[in-house]
Amino acid sequence: MTQTTTSGQPVATPRGTRPAGPRRATLVAGLLLGLAAGLLVALVSVGVGARQVPLDQAWAALTAYVPGDIAHEAVRSRVPRTVLGLLVGASLGLAGALMQGLTRNPIADPGILGVNAGASMFVVLGIVVLGVTSPAAQVWFAFAGAAVAAVAVYWVASLGRGGPTPVKLALAGACITAALTSVITALLIMNTRAWDTFRFWQVGSVAGRSLDIVGTVLPYLVLGMLVALASGRVLNALSLGDDLARGLGQNVGRARGLAAVGVVLLCGGATAAAGPVAFVGLTVPHVARAITGPDYRWILPYSGLLGAVLVVLADVLGRIVAHPGQLQVGIVTAFIGAPVFIALVRRRKLAEL
Amino acid sequence: MPAAEPWAQAAGADRAPRPSPSPVAVVRAARRERTTRYRVVTTALVAVTVGLVVLTLCVGAFMVSFVDVLRVVGGADIDGATFVVWDLRLPRTVTAVCVGVAFGLSGAIFQTLVRNPLASPDIIGITAGASAAAVVAIMLFGLNPDLAAPFAFGGALVAAAIIYLLAWRGSVSGYRLVLVGIGVAAILNAVVSYALTRGDVIDANEALVWITGSLNASSWGRLPGLVWPLLALLPVVALLARPLRGLQLGDDLAAGIGVRPERSKLALIVVAVALAAIATAAAGPVAFVAFVSAPIARRLAPGSGLALVPSGLVGACVVLAADFAGAQLFGDTRLPVGIITGVIGAPFLLWLLAQSNRTGKG
Repeated sequence: MTQTTTSGQPVATPRGTRPAGPRRATLVAGLLLGLAAGLLVALVSVGVGARQVPLDQAWAALTAYVPGDIAHEAVRSRVPRTVLGLLVGASLGLAGALMQGLTRNPIADPGILGVNAGASMFVVLGIVVLGVTSPAAQVWFAFAGAAVAAVAVYWVASLGRGGPTPVKLALAGACITAALTSVITALLIMNTRAWDTFRFWQVGSVAGRSLDIVGTVLPYLVLGMLVALASGRVLNALSLGDDLARGLGQNVGRARGLAAVGVVLLCGGATAAAGPVAFVGLTVPHVARAITGPDYRWILPYSGLLGAVLVVLADVLGRIVAHPGQLQVGIVTAFIGAPVFIALVRRRKLAEL
Repeated sequence: MPAAEPWAQAAGADRAPRPSPSPVAVVRAARRERTTRYRVVTTALVAVTVGLVVLTLCVGAFMVSFVDVLRVVGGADIDGATFVVWDLRLPRTVTAVCVGVAFGLSGAIFQTLVRNPLASPDIIGITAGASAAAVVAIMLFGLNPDLAAPFAFGGALVAAAIIYLLAWRGSVSGYRLVLVGIGVAAILNAVVSYALTRGDVIDANEALVWITGSLNASSWGRLPGLVWPLLALLPVVALLARPLRGLQLGDDLAAGIGVRPERSKLALIVVAVALAAIATAAAGPVAFVAFVSAPIARRLAPGSGLALVPSGLVGACVVLAADFAGAQLFGDTRLPVGIITGVIGAPFLLWLLAQSNRTGKG
């Protein structure tokens, strides 16, 4: 993304120069603070739920577990969803930052750009047509769907003058989502059992999923995270525009391809594990950017951390707001993220294209 | 973040000229509106609509001859045929026509007003408002689905008001309205998804109608709630056609020829929302009908300006044909009309987007 000052001069950072924005020490401290925040929300997430468990009891459940103790069981049942929340959040935050850097598009998000819908579509196809119900196999369908949708959206949006502008990408994403939603509903209406499974999957939730799912998606997510975290310099170069990036010695096509693989791994894995969780990828990088300045080498780790915090927090919030029931995390993030999206859209230039 | 948006530079570089037609072209188009081509197309569309109505009344698991259909409609009591045609098929067919006309007109008004083919009520979240209200009423408050229509109507109005206010910045720009609508629709869809996880799968199936759009629930009892409001709105649409044509010239020129831009816009939006709302209340958010009708109508009758009447007729044809296809083509499964229109309409939407991108109008 091309960072401009009020006078319109690009100030994005070429390699080697010190990034504009806060000093390195401050940023490192911020990262540590973020880690601490992540740990804190994770503890809160384990402690808070439908059953009130005092803090010392919750701690005991983790350290000195007594099988059969209801309070201990309740606390331990919250561990998988917390781990999953951290993972999914970090993945979506990173994926959002990658997408925004890759497309130089401030409103990029796996939900808005139709990547989630693609993953959903293929998962449903797997359930209905091939009878695939095991999460391990569903992951592959989610990957395939995420990749197909990402390519399709980018292709449709990049037709014509000006390439893939923010507005064109958002519209293409909305179109693909609408299209796939119709097909998904058509498949589900003919298959009540799949519908019964899918309606719980499609809200995006970290509840009721076992640690098996975490184990299944973990390798892909970790790989995706590594790719993402390694892409900082490339995204910085791309933010200067393709020509300048080439001039700086970047192989633009290969860089884009690799980052796109990262996006697909992260979105596909997260969607397979938790269903479509929207707006995390949109919101988090903006917060990260506000803290770190325009350097993607910092935006990426911050986005991962903040994403993890946001999703676990949203999950806890969903448990508190709807007590004694719960709101799924995808609902809560939609309510947090959609206003951010609308605020971004209302800003001056974007909507006047 | 600096004052200028980071993406402003990249975005500004390819800003295409606004797709407003030149004043001369608009005036010429308006004059030509009653040309031969327009009349031929309109007549043909009426014929196709009537043909589809007859087809829907005759064909089905229980076949009824054309003559018998005429006799039943004329009041004759024929064993079996009267029940099938009069009690089952006729209300469904009338609902289909009314819903199609309402969606077609609503889409045409929105798209002309905002000068953007994507600004139809189903894309920008107005029908999502209707769905959300209806699904919440059914799933969370245990409302009898037969009584959900008023909720759908209210939901559409509220959603429209929210979207309009959020998109307002001195005036309402086309893309801002569309993108804000997408954001609002996301929240509303989250609400729908949540409501669907409550309650049992039977209720959820019932609620599915409110997500996809279906004519299965149409009956004589429900028809008045659709027909009378529609008949009341049609003259208003006719009255507002002139200001709408003026607004195509841009606000300033419109004011010059005696149209009050803001007042007319507000009136037009209210009418278009009301049309979408009554249609959604009757059949759910039948996907893409509002979106595709006007572009198809304009393609059939090029240079005829607003093409409001053809848009409404195309809407009716689309709903009738899609419902017929959904009922007849899939064996025992009777697919709701909204699924068919969704599956057919979505590629059209992508094609339109690609097309407008290519010509630089996107």
